[in-house]
Amino acid sequence: MIEFDHVNKHYGAHHVLRDITMTVSRGEVVVVCGPSGSGKSTLIKCVNALESYQSGHILVEGVDVKSKARSAAALRQRVGMVFQNFELYPHLSVIDNICIAQRVVLKRHAGEARERAWRLLDRVGLRDKAAAYPMNLSGGQQQRIAIARALALDPEIMLFDEPTSALDPEMINEVLDVMTALAADGMTMMVVTHEMGFARRVASRVVFMDKGEVVEDCSTTEFFNDTKSRADRTRQFLDKILSH
Amino acid sequence: MNYQWNWSLLLDEPYAGWLLAGLGWTVALSVVGWVIALPLGTAIGIARTSSSRWLRVLSGFYVSVFRNIPLLLQMFVWFFVVPELLPDRLGLWFKRDLPNPEFWTAALALAFYTSGRLAELFRAGLQAVPRGQVMAADATGMSRPQALRHVIMPQALRIILPPLTSEFLSIVKNSSLALTIGVLELTAQSRQIENFTFHGFEAFGAATAFYMLVALILNLVMVSLRRTLTLPVAV
Repeated sequence: MIEFDHVNKHYGAHHVLRDITMTVSRGEVVVVCGPSGSGKSTLIKCVNALESYQSGHILVEGVDVKSKARSAAALRQRVGMVFQNFELYPHLSVIDNICIAQRVVLKRHAGEARERAWRLLDRVGLRDKAAAYPMNLSGGQQQRIAIARALALDPEIMLFDEPTSALDPEMINEVLDVMTALAADGMTMMVVTHEMGFARRVASRVVFMDKGEVVEDCSTTEFFNDTKSRADRTRQFLDKILSH
Repeated sequence: MNYQWNWSLLLDEPYAGWLLAGLGWTVALSVVGWVIALPLGTAIGIARTSSSRWLRVLSGFYVSVFRNIPLLLQMFVWFFVVPELLPDRLGLWFKRDLPNPEFWTAALALAFYTSGRLAELFRAGLQAVPRGQVMAADATGMSRPQALRHVIMPQALRIILPPLTSEFLSIVKNSSLALTIGVLELTAQSRQIENFTFHGFEAFGAATAFYMLVALILNLVMVSLRRTLTLPVAV
């Protein structure tokens, strides 16, 4: 569970996050959307302390992100993250990409880490790519491996930062399928994406952000069906991205 | 030109022995210098990219001192000045009891000079690794040393391998300056042969051949290292 309580962030004079207050419950899938520069990526990076914020609180499983009681490393073991540009380690094979943090951070034995990696490779359907290097994989395959790498630490929460934005259209679905399966397994997820089809099918809630503030925070059904109750900014945004 | 070539004198004693001894000192200087300079340069290079301002300033100062002062001057300072500045007993030990003081002084000077250059190389390599990679390592809970060791350094090393080869070759060539403080390395020995025999062409020709041989071997080593480290290219 993630609780945002009046979170504010500034980059100099630029107010990036304005008084964000919301809750993501266990097992919920929350899609965060909004125009570029609206602060959505920054928001989810605050959850695993990749970004800092100046005021307010973010509680992850009841413990403040900034609390001294839990190290950043311990927090990040509980919260997995997937990036827009995959960021697989190019010098490591696929299986080593999935094993490295298990070995180094969790101190798992090689055999145990590999066993976990094989199961995750099965889960993302890429068992035959274990020995390949990232640059020999398609974008979609790389992103599926990146998801497996994040899952290898057995996180309670997964953050997705525009996971399909860097992909060719024909590869988007293979990644979304993995994410859909993950959601069905009950993973708590915050997903920054413009894939409104995915949001409609998988999300329990949709958050719309603009200029650093949360404009909408409502159930998926309300968000897409009850358009009259939506703010003007939301409707304009939806018109733009749903027009095709 | 009326010159009596006599290549075979290089095989005569004591000249052959001198050349080989010179080659030995050249290799020893280069190896000792490199063994000190590589870890030192790596550490300073990492400090250059540290999040601590103090470490960045201190390491920046180190680099400017050792990289910007001519190596020849550094050799003189280490040999003539530093022992006088040390506490009396240590200075005395340096000048009197340390075996081969000129060798160790030259090796240290070479090591510090090269470490300054290597530090800049490592700094550039570390900074050339995309920020997203650092973020990915952070996001999986790695500490800064863990991320350096497992994610950033392996990539930085691959980036800087070609200029690292040049530095390796440079230290061998730079070791010839040690003759100025009395190390009888390869260049000094060939000059000595010239003094004794007036056969400078042969003596310096032999030195040239030995330097090229060492460079060739180093090159082969680095090329094979590069082959093993090169990542499979997209097909």
